[in-house]
This record gives sequence, structure tokens and C-alpha cells, in this order.
Amino acid sequence: MAVGKVTFTKVEREKLAEVLCLLNWISVVTGTILFGLGLFLRQGILYVPHMLITTGLAACCINFFGGKICLDCADTNKFLRWKLVMMPYIICTFFFTSCVLAGALMCYGIRSQMEESLFMGLRNAMRYYKDTDTPGRCNLKRTVDLLQIQFQCCGNTGYRDWFQIQWISSRYLDMSSSAVVDRMRSNVEGKYLMDGVPFSCCSTFSPWPCIQHHLSTSSTQDEQSRQLNLWRRGCRQALLDHYTGIMQSIGLTVLLIWLFELLVLTGVRYLQTAMENVLRLGDPESESDGWFLENSLAETAWSNFNIIKNLGKCYQVDDDPNINVPTAAAEEELPSQQVQVLVTS
Amino acid sequence: MLLKITFTQQRRVRLAQGLWLMSWLAVMSGAFIFCLGVYLKTELLRRAEVMDNTEIHVVPNILMMVGLVSIGTNWVATRVCQDSLDASRFPRWKLLLMAWFAVAVLLCCLLLAVVVLSYALQGRLEESLKVGLRNGIRFYKDTDVPGRCFQKETIDRLQMEFRCCGNNNFKDWFEVQWVSNRYLDFTSKDVKDRIRSNVDGRYLLDGVPFSCCNPASPRPCLQYHLTDNSAHYSYDYQAEELNLYSRGCRQALTDYYMEMMNSTGPGVLSVILIQMSVLVSLRYLQTAVEGATALEDPEGESVGYLLEKGVKETFEDVKANVLNILKFAQVDPSAAEGSPGAEDAEKPADNTTEKAASPTPSPAS
Repeated sequence: MAVGKVTFTKVEREKLAEVLCLLNWISVVTGTILFGLGLFLRQGILYVPHMLITTGLAACCINFFGGKICLDCADTNKFLRWKLVMMPYIICTFFFTSCVLAGALMCYGIRSQMEESLFMGLRNAMRYYKDTDTPGRCNLKRTVDLLQIQFQCCGNTGYRDWFQIQWISSRYLDMSSSAVVDRMRSNVEGKYLMDGVPFSCCSTFSPWPCIQHHLSTSSTQDEQSRQLNLWRRGCRQALLDHYTGIMQSIGLTVLLIWLFELLVLTGVRYLQTAMENVLRLGDPESESDGWFLENSLAETAWSNFNIIKNLGKCYQVDDDPNINVPTAAAEEELPSQQVQVLVTS
Repeated sequence: MLLKITFTQQRRVRLAQGLWLMSWLAVMSGAFIFCLGVYLKTELLRRAEVMDNTEIHVVPNILMMVGLVSIGTNWVATRVCQDSLDASRFPRWKLLLMAWFAVAVLLCCLLLAVVVLSYALQGRLEESLKVGLRNGIRFYKDTDVPGRCFQKETIDRLQMEFRCCGNNNFKDWFEVQWVSNRYLDFTSKDVKDRIRSNVDGRYLLDGVPFSCCNPASPRPCLQYHLTDNSAHYSYDYQAEELNLYSRGCRQALTDYYMEMMNSTGPGVLSVILIQMSVLVSLRYLQTAVEGATALEDPEGESVGYLLEKGVKETFEDVKANVLNILKFAQVDPSAAEGSPGAEDAEKPADNTTEKAASPTPSPAS
């Protein structure tokens, strides 16, 4: 019994072919959207941009091809050209859509990998904040400042991270001053630590001018109001939220595209089976059935399994009455001779 | 005849087809002009808090209006093209085409005016920004006054986004009190000295807000005691360049908007070109088709032209027509004086539930 059988008249078949052609062209457009998204994200969130680029390109090619096929399929004569290609095309597209689905699910699973790499990256950037004269690190100050301003965050987990590193370069410290020397001697590594933060931690939403220094000893405001002065969020959290948001929206887009491709694929399958049945019936004007699978799911699976099982044993087809089944491996030559006899007669 | 061209039937068909395509192109360019106007308007509105007046808004307003009218006008041109080769349907467009040409010329003139205005209004924009920024800096500290409480945030974000400081430069901050009295410790000697040191009793300091700090500076930002070389180690006030943003916000904003309007210049000029070519082609099509319908053989050759008579004669004709219309309008009021009088008479007559049968001039109540 056929799975999902639908009867098509000639007019309905032509309509289906037209609609599928249009949908295929829309899929080409969505493929280009994916490609564009991949290019846009090329700043490299791991391997996701490359996946998007390849998926987008593949979608464009496959759907372009599919659009051409569907355009020809309305007419039975032109369908004959594509008859043999259609089944491989459908299988190919099915695998492709599963790849698209896998890609979409990957987008959602990326969060944990990002967190670790962000933590390490930010910690190093803050450590080398003061090294504006070291080649290779001279831009880190600017990068961290712009990052804190843009993402409205301060430090790794909070503003106190700045208390533990020396972010003022020794070039700008007056080594002859006793205050400076005392501070540097007060810790093991000889770093000039202070309870202050860079200016980029200042919040624009605060109603009063920014207090950056002497944060632990400030007596004019209490702890809660001081919190308003600086950005409260840590940059790791801010960046994580930002990139997770991007990933989720990309994942959603790719999922929607996957659903669309599946719809197009189902339509192409129905069109293929309907056209084949029309050819079998012989009358191009008649109604024909289109289906998803010719037999039930179990039977199709079993027959496919048999085909694959017998792929390597082409001389031992069990259900062909014209060939004697040899009982021993040495007699394999017999069936081939018998086949030859049949052909010549 | 001015610039006449002979058209065979084949050529007329080609002209109609080409014009149809070009009219749709003109519709797209009308939409482009509209979107350009919308974009400019939103950009100007975003910074409306630091602008004193809205004179500069005339540029995007004209662009939006011209865009909309252009879409409608060129859509009408496509309809005319479709009907042009059908002898029964073309005559009904005759009257409309005269008005269409006038509207198209007006649109081109308006677009040219926009290009000129965007250069001419630069001075007004600078003035508006100067006053707006001065107020913004003055009210920076008033975060508790309703109506001004967002000035601090606006100015901070502006300075960070456009990488600028103050009105002309960072020294503008030395002349205003930008730290509110709420956050000053009046028991401190330093604060009291500073307040007493000037006539108005303001707390002035040689410091700037944090938003003036330049992230590209190799040194952590110095905000306070900027003129005092001894306050910071290895610091020279005159030689220090990268610590703060050196540009003034007025200059930064003016440059930004001028660049935006200049970059739209080529686009607007090409739209003018497209509109003019649609106008010229439509004129040729109209005259050629009208000439063809007047022939005995409608499929034969006809002559298309821009103007039937020379430029001077056409101008005289148009002037005469316009004067005629004006004279006609002048003649009418004297004859129509009776009827408005009748209407006035009917109103008080209606109040008394009496309908006046004949127009009798009566004083209006």
C-alpha cells in the first residue's frame, strides 16, 4: 500500500510543477542569504561561518538545478529527459537537508565552547592592557577600551578584576615618589596595584561624573550608588550573551530554511512519482497517483536492505527463475554461461 | 518643429517598449529617492537633541515628497506606454500628458534644488549645532532637572561615538561647571577655593568628562588637572596629543552630515537624468503616435518632435494661454458675485425657514 497517495489530474500536475519551480527559485534566494550570513560572520566564531558558506552555495546549486527540472516536468516529453536523474537528485537533496539540520543544531550547542575561550582571551587582554609599547600587544589597550564601551561591561567577571592587575604602565609612574614605591613593595610580584579602573568602565547612564579611582575607600557615596557609576556586567558575560544571541538567531533561520527545503523536496517527490505513473499508464492527459513511498515503510526498508545486501553478489539473484542457484562457490561460472546462452537464443 | 525624428511603426513599437522599461526604472529610482529621504531624516532626528532648529530638515522632506510623487508620475507613464499603441485608448491620455510634463519638469527642478540646498544650508547647520551643543554642555550637570536629565547621557554618547570633545575643542569644558553641586563636598578647602575664585560662584576646573578620553592613547586617560604639568608624571600639556579627542563635536557632526549629503549627490543627479530621458521619450512617443493616427495609414511613418513650433513661438503661445486663463478667472468673479450673494441670502433665510426664490442681495448677518 502506497504511503501518502494523492491523485493528480493533468492540470494539477502542471500547477504543481509551476509552484515547485517558483519555490526552488525562492530556495536559491535563501541559499544566497545563508551564504551572505556566512560571509558576514567570517570574523570566525569557530567553524560556523564555513558551514554556512558551504551550505548556502550547495543550496543555491541544488535548487537552481531543481528549478530547471521542475520547469521541464510539466510536460511528459521533457520529463523523459530527466527521468533517470530525478531519483538520485531526490536522494542527494535529502542528504543535503539532513546536513542543514545538523548545522542548525550545531549552532545551539556552541555555548560551552565559547565560554572557555572567551575567559582566556579576556584575561590575557587585560593583563597586557598596559603594554602599549610592546609590538604585537600595542593595540590591546584600545581593543579592551572599545570593547568595554561597546558592550557596556567592565573587567572579566566584574570591575574588581582590574584591582588585581597593573594596568598603568611603569613608564607613567614616578618611581621617585614614595607613595608609588610603597605600593609596588606591598605585593609579592612588585606590581603597582590600585583600587581604580580605566575610564572605559564608566557608565553613561550614571547621573554623576564618573568615579574611577579610590573605589574601595570612597566615602562620599555608599556601595550601592557606586555600583551605578561603572558598568556592572563582566565582559565575559556580555560577550557570551551577545554571541549566543547571534548563534540562536542564525540557528532559527537555518531551521526555517531546512523546513522549507523539506517542503520543496516532498513536492518534487510527488511530482516525480506522478509523472512516472503517467508514463506507465501511457495517456498523458489522464489522472495519475503520486505517492511518497510505493510500498509501506517496512517493505521499502526491507527491499532496500536486500538490494544493498546483494550488491556484491550479482550472480546470485535468488528470485530470478531463469538462473540456477549454484550450491557451491566453485560452480559460480555456470550461471554466467547460462545467462549467455539465453541471450544468444 | 524642434528636433524632429521620423518614426516607422516598428520604431514606434520599440520606443514604447523601451519607454515602458525606463518608466519602471524611474519608478524604482523614485522609491530610492524616498528611501534616501527617510534615511537622512532619521539620521537628523537621532541627533535632534543637540540641534537648535530644524531648518536642515527641509532637505530630507523635499526628497521624501519628490520620491513619492515621482513613483506616482512614472507609474502613470507606464500606463500611457501600454495604451500608446492602441489607437482607441490613447486619446484619453491627451489632456493628462500636458499636466504630466509640467509635473515631471517640476520634479527635476526640485531635485536640483535639493542638491543646491544641501550645500547652501551647511552654514545654518553649523549654527544650529553650535547653539545646541553649547546648551548640552551647559546642562550636562543637570541630571535632576526634568527636561534636561538626559543631556549628560546624550553628550557622553555623542562624544564617544563621534570621537570628539566639547564644542570647538576640549577647553570648552573648562568654562562650565559640569560637576553638579550635589556631588561636591563643600567642607573641602579645595572646593571652597575654586568656587570663590570666579565671579559667578561656579565650580570650574581644568578637567573634562570621561567621554572625552581617547582609547587610542598609549597612556591611561588623564581627565583632571590638565593644565598642570606637575600634577602628572612625564606630562606636558602643550605636547600631549592623544590623551583626549582633539576634534570639536560641532566640526565632527557637520562633517558627518555633509559627507552623507554629498555622497547622495551622484545618486540624485542620475535620477534627474533618468527622469529627463523619460520625459523626452514620452514627448516623442506622444507626438509620433498622434501623427500616426492623423495619417490615412496608421501603420505608416510619422514625425515625432519636441516642440511643434520653435522655442520662442511656443513660449509666446504658452504665455497667451496662461493670460487667457487668468482673464477668464478675472471675468468670472463679477458674474459670480450674484451667486455667492444668493448663497449668503439663503443661509439666514434657512434660519428663518424661508427659502429665497430669487437672489436678492442682503447684508450678511
